[in-house]
Amino acid sequence: MAVYKLKTPISEEDVRKLKVNDVIYITGTIVTARDSAHKRALEFFKERKKIPINLQGLAVFHCGPIVKKEDDKWTVVAAGPTTSTRMDLFEDEFIKAFKVRVVIGKGGMGRRTTDGMKKYGAVYGAFTGGAGVLAAKAIKNVKSVEWFDLGMPEALWIMEVENFGPLIIAIDAHGNNMFEDVQKQVEENKQKIYERLGV
Amino acid sequence: MDIESVVENVAVELLRQAVIKLPQDVKEALQRARREEESDVGKTQLEAILNNVELAEKTGTPMCQDTGVIIFYVKAGAQAKGLDKIEKALINATKKATKEVPLRPNSVGIFTQKNTGDNTGRYIPYINWEIVPGDNIELTAFPKGGGSENVCTLGLITPGEGLKGLKKFVINAVISAGANPCPPNILGVGVGGGADIAMKIAKAALLRPIDQPNPDPEIAKLERELYEAANMTGIGPMGLGGKFTVLGVNVDHANRHPASYPVAVAFQCWAARRASARIHPDGTVEYLTHKVV
Repeated sequence: MAVYKLKTPISEEDVRKLKVNDVIYITGTIVTARDSAHKRALEFFKERKKIPINLQGLAVFHCGPIVKKEDDKWTVVAAGPTTSTRMDLFEDEFIKAFKVRVVIGKGGMGRRTTDGMKKYGAVYGAFTGGAGVLAAKAIKNVKSVEWFDLGMPEALWIMEVENFGPLIIAIDAHGNNMFEDVQKQVEENKQKIYERLGV
Repeated sequence: MDIESVVENVAVELLRQAVIKLPQDVKEALQRARREEESDVGKTQLEAILNNVELAEKTGTPMCQDTGVIIFYVKAGAQAKGLDKIEKALINATKKATKEVPLRPNSVGIFTQKNTGDNTGRYIPYINWEIVPGDNIELTAFPKGGGSENVCTLGLITPGEGLKGLKKFVINAVISAGANPCPPNILGVGVGGGADIAMKIAKAALLRPIDQPNPDPEIAKLERELYEAANMTGIGPMGLGGKFTVLGVNVDHANRHPASYPVAVAFQCWAARRASARIHPDGTVEYLTHKVV
């Protein structure tokens, strides 16, 4: 479990160095995006319309935060990750189109995303599900919010972070996927469990 | 006494307690998991969870950004006054807590796709009513997260398979849920009754503290067996591999139709939020799960 501290913008070369099981902490800019934001961003890309932020070298965070506005300023109250598999539909295209280098979420992603990460140079960093206050502590500033019409959880929150993590590299840019490895192991364990339960 | 305002204030307080502070039994189970977890990655996750739990308590903020769909359980004493006011009070409490705590607005119209912004809407907050003898009102706030809800499952297994079929169904549910419900989880298992009844008692089983086994020794044994089996899967904290996939298994049952054998599995994430209070006829309030500070 090697530990790395990365600053955005992150280069393709830097993410190619990372391996499954490594731990990273990110300082710089991360942007939240869930289902609706992914969908709209890809529609914009197809129609050659500009999205509100240049995502190259940044991290995209599968997260619908709780945010409060005080004196015209947004503060993040809690911002843990949401289930990433919902974004499997979009992520390889998203990485290709916008050149994000780190995808942050929980629960892992599938083969299609894993292949996309290998091809275009990105990694998946698993942040502890539910640890919304820990995440909020690392978020130093909300730079802006875009596409607020999608609702608070679905909007693009552009945030400055300091040592955001720990993020476990669960998918690297070489085709390795930790969640797939665990699943294989679980399948193997299944028979033993059945025997023990006598089923 | 103005029952409506008492219930409203208590419900706001319960929602606040539930989303900010874990019940003691869950916290202790997480601490034990951290001590006994064998996987390094698993340990990092339990460490992060417990750091997060502490930070949430210290700063008085919700431990998870998904503050759930708001569900209440009400045990209404048949002799209690003002029962007709409770629904309105709980709806108002939900709106108020959404602003004050704050809670994330999580109530979306099915056809409009619009978020109402205040956690209310058709049937939401959902209220489970039970009429009991006496004149107290017992309220439980149960904000339920989406990640763990999405893997809840119901099976109508063949009665001939019986207990073996039940065990297999539960373990398969855990395996197919994998990392998604934010393990380590608590499982509520409801058996019998019918499709709706099984799920209803499975979910209600999540209200029982996990350090209290089912009072029926046979069912307690089944709970233990399912707990050990789920923790043999290797899914581990956050599905990154390890020993602790579940923190507890609570089983409840209803009698069944001879031809049916419903089995429901309700998943709860580690952020197992629940808080209860009892309101007496004179308006005094006893908080049952959390100390008020």
